[in-house]
Amino acid sequence: MANPDKPKAGRGVMRWVDERFPATRMWQEHLSRYYAPKNFNFWYFFGSLAMLVLVNQLLTGLWLTMSFNPSAEGAFASVEYIMRDVEWGWLIRYMHSTGASAFFVVVYLHMFRGLLYGSYKAPRELVWVFGMALYLALMAEAFMGYLLPWGQMSYWGAQVIISLFSAIPGIGPDLAQWIRGDYLISGITLNRFFALHVVALPIVILALVVLHIIALHEVGSNNPDGIEIKDKKDEQGKPLDGIPFHPYYVVKDLVGVAVFLFVFCAVLFYFPEGGGYFLETPNFEPANPMQTPDHIAPVWYFTPFYAILRAINFSLFGLDAKFLGVMCMGAAIALLFVLPWLDRSAVRSIRYKGWCSRLMLTLFAISFVVLGVLGVLPPTAERTALAQLCAVLYFAFFLLMPFYSRWEKTKPVPERVTGR
Amino acid sequence: MKMRLLALLLVLLPTFGFAAGGGAQLQEMAPDLHDRASLQRGMKLFVNYCMGCHSLQYQRFSRAAEDLGMPRDLVEENLIFASSQGFNDPMDNAMSAADGESWFGAPPPDLTLTARLHGTDWLYSYLLGFYRDPSRPTGVNNRVFPLVAMPNVLEPLQGVQEKVCGPGEGAEAKASDGEGHSCETLKVTQAGSMTPEEFEGAAYDLANFLAYVGEPSRLKAEALAPKVLIFLFIFGVIAYLLKREYWRDIH
Repeated sequence: MANPDKPKAGRGVMRWVDERFPATRMWQEHLSRYYAPKNFNFWYFFGSLAMLVLVNQLLTGLWLTMSFNPSAEGAFASVEYIMRDVEWGWLIRYMHSTGASAFFVVVYLHMFRGLLYGSYKAPRELVWVFGMALYLALMAEAFMGYLLPWGQMSYWGAQVIISLFSAIPGIGPDLAQWIRGDYLISGITLNRFFALHVVALPIVILALVVLHIIALHEVGSNNPDGIEIKDKKDEQGKPLDGIPFHPYYVVKDLVGVAVFLFVFCAVLFYFPEGGGYFLETPNFEPANPMQTPDHIAPVWYFTPFYAILRAINFSLFGLDAKFLGVMCMGAAIALLFVLPWLDRSAVRSIRYKGWCSRLMLTLFAISFVVLGVLGVLPPTAERTALAQLCAVLYFAFFLLMPFYSRWEKTKPVPERVTGR
Repeated sequence: MKMRLLALLLVLLPTFGFAAGGGAQLQEMAPDLHDRASLQRGMKLFVNYCMGCHSLQYQRFSRAAEDLGMPRDLVEENLIFASSQGFNDPMDNAMSAADGESWFGAPPPDLTLTARLHGTDWLYSYLLGFYRDPSRPTGVNNRVFPLVAMPNVLEPLQGVQEKVCGPGEGAEAKASDGEGHSCETLKVTQAGSMTPEEFEGAAYDLANFLAYVGEPSRLKAEALAPKVLIFLFIFGVIAYLLKREYWRDIH
């Protein structure tokens, strides 16, 4: 029995489907009649690119799983087997390892876009919170995936990061042991990380992507001017400054995809090691629990937080330095979640915020990059001092935001989106 | 803001380099994976001089034969010595890790990925860096790997190399005594079957072969890359024209 309220679009097969499943309605809601502001700029490519990289990771990961051996004895050799004996294995593996770094590049740019244009502000708080949960799940996914090749840095990086849990007073050591499933990182840890990396976390990530996009399409996209396009509609109820996502942004994003893939493939084919940052040199040696490398650094996308951890080299209020460091590292990520409630500005976009917000965002971006660089380098007294300064700036951006965002004088916001 | 970031990166740039370890300055070599003759000579040297102790456990004879353009019968006749090994087997060796440990103090490492781990400059310099040192159990030491457990198996080719004092070169000389006299200079004092130039070529061939073994897919990747990039370029141009056409009516 056909539902009379359902759209009668199409004939034949589509009509038959639509009477049973909202295919056409979903297509319209999310693509052909989803109105996006017409003034998206460069920063707006990275959401769809993150989706592209996710698909790349899922497909290449699936094929890697077919030949990977998740055991302490066989993991390293099976990666070399994939690189040498599996048809196109080297390509699949490099797509996956380069894709991991590319994922964080596009996600960091995507998040920075949110900071620039206030995309986290009401009514988009949940879009931001789901996005942050996605970022957290992505970090867990990357961290667990990084152990799987079972190289020296895989092993010792995991050892260092998991030992951070042991800094929690009371339950710490038992918690770390529970995560490892052993007294130190072993084949047992590798096995469970493999299960989490290929089954549990991809499901969580996919579910969060759906939530992120449903929330976004419910409230509509923000834009570089940070004004609501739904406030100005034509007689048919379409936003005056909105254009249907399909075909306009589909064809525009295709250009972004081409440029991104060009750079991605150039790295993938010519510099798959990424200068030792995408594939770290010590990982060309199998994990050796008896021999600690001279210098252990996490992969580049974790280093800003790692630098904050190391910057805390003093005890305070009877809490030891390691625990304080872990707390600060956790807080550095947790603060991002509550950002929508820290920003009290009357406007969304940095274009109309005052000089104070501009200065703080600039200092935040610089300190994040500097922390990232410091995190890969061995610590010295000067570097630790610089990391402390940058950590202070990082936290100041968030903690002072309720004051400077309300206190500063904002510029008048235009009625309609600008063509800039 | 972009300018400030750039300036900051430039300031930090000198701190990016990682210490290579060993202290000695490395002699540079640029691997040439297109030079099949060099790779074949390198493989010949490897199976004759290195494979007694070092394995290439992830590298198959057959793959090397295919990639380096050597016919199967030639490889089976000249490069596979153990009767237990077949053409499709990995280039393993018969020495057990326990034997290696009791004979040398440490098991000779597998060398499949050594070029990616240490770099070819290091390998090349290491092969050229042995010198006589009576204080060592093997009678030799190495400039880039001090107190190395490995004897200089290439000595019959290279001859006896010794550390001599003399007018040194460049930075090394200054470091030694500041008067232009270096006691770090290595010199062949008793000729081997190769001239020093020929031996440098042999070391190059070996390092080159190990560069190939580290990543046998490198040439395949570099052959595929231009096709993919040209496709993406054309795809990008068409996508751009399509975008421009669609967006003509958006103001």
